Amino acid sequence: MLIRRPADIPSSEITPESAYLNRRQFMGAAGSLALAGLAVPAVLGASRGPAEHGDAVGQAQDDKLTPEEDATSYNNFYEFGTGKDDPKRNAGSLRPRPWSVQVDGLVKSPKRWDLDELLRGLAKEDKIYRHRCVEAWSMVIPWQGVKLRDVLARVEPLPSAKFVEFTTLLDPQQMPGQRTGVLRWPYKEALRLDEAMHPLSLLATGMYGKTIPNQNGAPLRLVVPWKYGFKGIKSIVRIRLTDRQPNTTWNDAIPSEYGFYANVNPTVDHPRWTQAKERRIGEFLRRNTLMFNGYAEQVASLYAGMDLRRYY
Amino acid sequence: MSSFGRAPAVRRVGALLVWVAAVGPLPWLVWLAVSGGLGANPIESLQHRTGHYALRLLAASLTITPLRALTGWGWLVAHRRTLGLAAFAWAVTHLLVYVGLDLVLDLSQFLEDLVKRRYITVGMLAIALLTPLAVTSTQGWIRRLGGARWNRLHRLVYPAMIAAVAHYLWAVKKDVTLPVLYFLVVALLLGFRVVMRRRARSGVTARRADASFGT
Repeated sequence: MLIRRPADIPSSEITPESAYLNRRQFMGAAGSLALAGLAVPAVLGASRGPAEHGDAVGQAQDDKLTPEEDATSYNNFYEFGTGKDDPKRNAGSLRPRPWSVQVDGLVKSPKRWDLDELLRGLAKEDKIYRHRCVEAWSMVIPWQGVKLRDVLARVEPLPSAKFVEFTTLLDPQQMPGQRTGVLRWPYKEALRLDEAMHPLSLLATGMYGKTIPNQNGAPLRLVVPWKYGFKGIKSIVRIRLTDRQPNTTWNDAIPSEYGFYANVNPTVDHPRWTQAKERRIGEFLRRNTLMFNGYAEQVASLYAGMDLRRYY
Repeated sequence: MSSFGRAPAVRRVGALLVWVAAVGPLPWLVWLAVSGGLGANPIESLQHRTGHYALRLLAASLTITPLRALTGWGWLVAHRRTLGLAAFAWAVTHLLVYVGLDLVLDLSQFLEDLVKRRYITVGMLAIALLTPLAVTSTQGWIRRLGGARWNRLHRLVYPAMIAAVAHYLWAVKKDVTLPVLYFLVVALLLGFRVVMRRRARSGVTARRADASFGT
């Protein structure tokens, strides 16, 4: 099995709340300047050009948290409707407890886990990640959860495992959107095993210091910050290890628009819009999109030698 | 004849509905913008809303002729231009939101989109087709062109409507329910005209046949 040892995350990537609050005070002091709007073009100008060191540029940008209200009311979760405001309105029918996760395929002992049992004793992570939707909008969200690699270590993949497939709950009673045929249910997503083992890959159970709301993928969702948001599968009920690249929902639905890799890449346009820019929710001017969403330093090596135009 | 006395009330309600449909969205949008009702992504929300207003008003302008034929209410025709002009105004607003607010006047991006994205291309086509109709919507232009020529020119509204719905269909991500619904409405409205025209033609021949029998 080829699992490259991923680079460690710089501590700047995981912002402790105290530091974040300090930064807010600093930002408050610098507020008048920022409000004057003078800083914005300067920052946009600074991040122009090839994003070889996208992460450094990303850190230089003002990544202030998206208001919780926005992050929990503007969602893509087709299981509850295709409008952005549908999930918040309709997700009340989801029952996030008790919840079990089937772990099977190429693992030492396939098993149906109770969610709390699966996560028991694993190190809790607090991570603030940029979230870039394939639709060219973005947010900054504080997540709580566990590293995906810690969960995988617990279930012990066999040496032959090369991919991890995730499946969302299939229950039209709880998920009324599944009564329509807009996508093929249940939703499936997958990562290469080395992507899954990367320390940035998170299984989130909370956001903004609270239990994750239903509309954001309760009780367990994937967060892979260098990929487009649709890779972040929600309300996971099954994790399957496999040796073949699994089919994934959006890739199956429209392969020309949504690739398996779906790495954030400003140089590869979506057929219907540019991916070079994004609108950060809450901001007026669009920002330049960063290679791997600003996480190039940590993840670019995963794709060394790959043609990212072909494997978009 | 008995309905003659009630006609003014119907007409007044009709006129009110037309004006609410045409201009009502403006104060509504202002209210939403002020109260935060446009949500987390206000520019996208404005984009979608203005596009929907334009589509609905355009479809409404196309229902006048069939409605007049079915009800015999000749006065309806006066509202056709109002609805069409309002549709044009909302379509232009839709374009301005896109170029002005979304792209912030990034014209090179606009030109790239226009060439590369077919939904932008047909959307612009729809507006281009509607523009001469808006320009010639005055009494003066009707006089200058003459009724027959004016009517012929204003048949451009049919391809404009089809282009507008194609724009919507190609712009949505996956859920094509509404665009398909619009296509059905357009098919119905255009189909009605085809049937009317056929009937009118066969009606004319029937009358001629009657006349030849000397009745």
